[in-house]
Amino acid sequence: MTDTPADKILHGADSPSSRRDFLLISTSVLGLAGLVASAWPFIDSIGPAADILALSSTDVDLGAMQVGQAITVKWRGKPIFIRYRTAKEIKEARDVPLSQLIDPQADKDRVQKAQWIVVIGICTHLGCIPLGQKPTDPRGDYGGWYCPCHGSEYDTSGRVRRGPAPKNLYLPPYKFLDNTKIRIG
Amino acid sequence: MQENQTKRNKLVEWIDYRLPIFSYTDHNVISYPTPKNLNWMWNFGSLAGIVLVIMIASGVFLAMNYQPNTAIAFQSVERIVRDVNYGWLLRYIHMNGASMFFVLVYIHMFRGLYYGSYKAPRELLWMIGVVIYVTMMATAFMGYVLPWGQMSFWGATVITNLFSAIPVIGTHIVNWIWGGFSVDLPTLNRFFVWHYLLPMILFMFVVVHLWALHVHKSNNPLGIDIKSKDDVMPFHPYYTIKDLVGLGVFMMVFLFFVFFYPNFFGEPDNYIPANPMVTPPHIVPEWYFLPFYAILRAVPDKLGGVIVMFSGVLILFVLPWLDTSKVRSATFRPIYKQLFWIFVLDCILLGIVGSKPPDYAFFGLIKGVLVGRAATIYYFFHFLVLMPLVGKLEKPKPLPNSINEEVIKACRAKED
Repeated sequence: MTDTPADKILHGADSPSSRRDFLLISTSVLGLAGLVASAWPFIDSIGPAADILALSSTDVDLGAMQVGQAITVKWRGKPIFIRYRTAKEIKEARDVPLSQLIDPQADKDRVQKAQWIVVIGICTHLGCIPLGQKPTDPRGDYGGWYCPCHGSEYDTSGRVRRGPAPKNLYLPPYKFLDNTKIRIG
Repeated sequence: MQENQTKRNKLVEWIDYRLPIFSYTDHNVISYPTPKNLNWMWNFGSLAGIVLVIMIASGVFLAMNYQPNTAIAFQSVERIVRDVNYGWLLRYIHMNGASMFFVLVYIHMFRGLYYGSYKAPRELLWMIGVVIYVTMMATAFMGYVLPWGQMSFWGATVITNLFSAIPVIGTHIVNWIWGGFSVDLPTLNRFFVWHYLLPMILFMFVVVHLWALHVHKSNNPLGIDIKSKDDVMPFHPYYTIKDLVGLGVFMMVFLFFVFFYPNFFGEPDNYIPANPMVTPPHIVPEWYFLPFYAILRAVPDKLGGVIVMFSGVLILFVLPWLDTSKVRSATFRPIYKQLFWIFVLDCILLGIVGSKPPDYAFFGLIKGVLVGRAATIYYFFHFLVLMPLVGKLEKPKPLPNSINEEVIKACRAKED
């Protein structure tokens, strides 16, 4: 293309078109950045709100629990399974070689006090609540929990042993306030 | 067209000069050229459109009495059924209308599959159709959550948890979708809003769908192009009347369910209020999701199952490029015709597998999950292997010269 005088006026005298191109690109980038930034409040508005984040902890007194008993408490809208394990259940959980596990994790890494196993009672497959909290419930071949939705089975440490679930039952964050009281969350 | 214009009155002329709405209607509805050999399978598009209108109308009026709050959602639906004038009718129309919508759309889609309606130059028409289908599924899913029964709640939990399979950000996405740490009030609230909004978007997609259709006009059972004026008839009155007859028949079926078996398509567990602490023993989605649910369960891996299930829907987008045959209609494709019916049976089988519990055994012998796996593999085998191969290997029958010729031949055969 030959540089006519008109081109020089349109695109700048020294390097044809670069200054105008720069203006075009920088305005577009700024405009896009503005669009993206203004989209964020809309996207973030449907995330967990402050009142929901505030409901984050639950205190549970384990003092009244009997050996072998299981209770379910609600935390953040989810069931938390707490089971006072028998000596046999603890031994079963401890004796399994890690190589036999789908999601290998030692039992001692899953409990703070050996007798109490505290897990989020939601199957890690697609979020159903496994059976096994009531004495009459089926607990699967590994004596822990059995998910009726797609047949996942968990052991007495809440580790997945069979079925489509990819992970062990998740552990909620909790700490012992005294010997028999825990705060979840 | 010429006749119509001479008949137009002054007011019509005045308006049409400024906003050509009358010319537009004439062009797209009245004198719109339609192949004259369309069979009854071409009724389902217009029927689906009518059901969409029925759904929007009944939905808007239901929303005037429904309350999207976890504490009262279930009761508000019961109040609609018991106390609101004709509330029971509106609810059952809306409930069964959703099922009917999917019945019609599935027939519509299989019609397209059989007669090659997705082939050039109708690829975009087909793809917009797939967008409509996906939007329908999202809308129906969110609508099913609203009554806040056990199936609503657990269906919502299971389906939204699909996104937790995404590596790294999965859990965050799920918490964002829920607006919290479980399916709860914020989830119900936003699903109500989306369920109200999506049908409007769906409606716009339908307009675009028709727009794309009207560029190259309808396909027809012979799958050959319109070549002359003799091949077509004006849409009105010939096909408006035919569509109305179809509507009459459809309404008899639809209202039969509404009045006599209103809960036929539903799950009784959804008449139990949602309980986040108890999962029903057997969670099943609505029937129209069952084939995809079976595909999800057929894969032993969580992320894998989700990917394969979504692929099952998304593969439809590339269908026009998977089918290598130049011949549109299966009428002239002896091998594809048989494969088509095997594919239909495969989809039905997937639906049956999806409706059974995971440990169900067919005839007490064959494990349901194995049947599901075989059917899933065949589903993809059909699209990815059979369709490209058959298009190349099959020798199609000779195509007729024109639509008109075939119609005249058929009339003569009838007279003789």
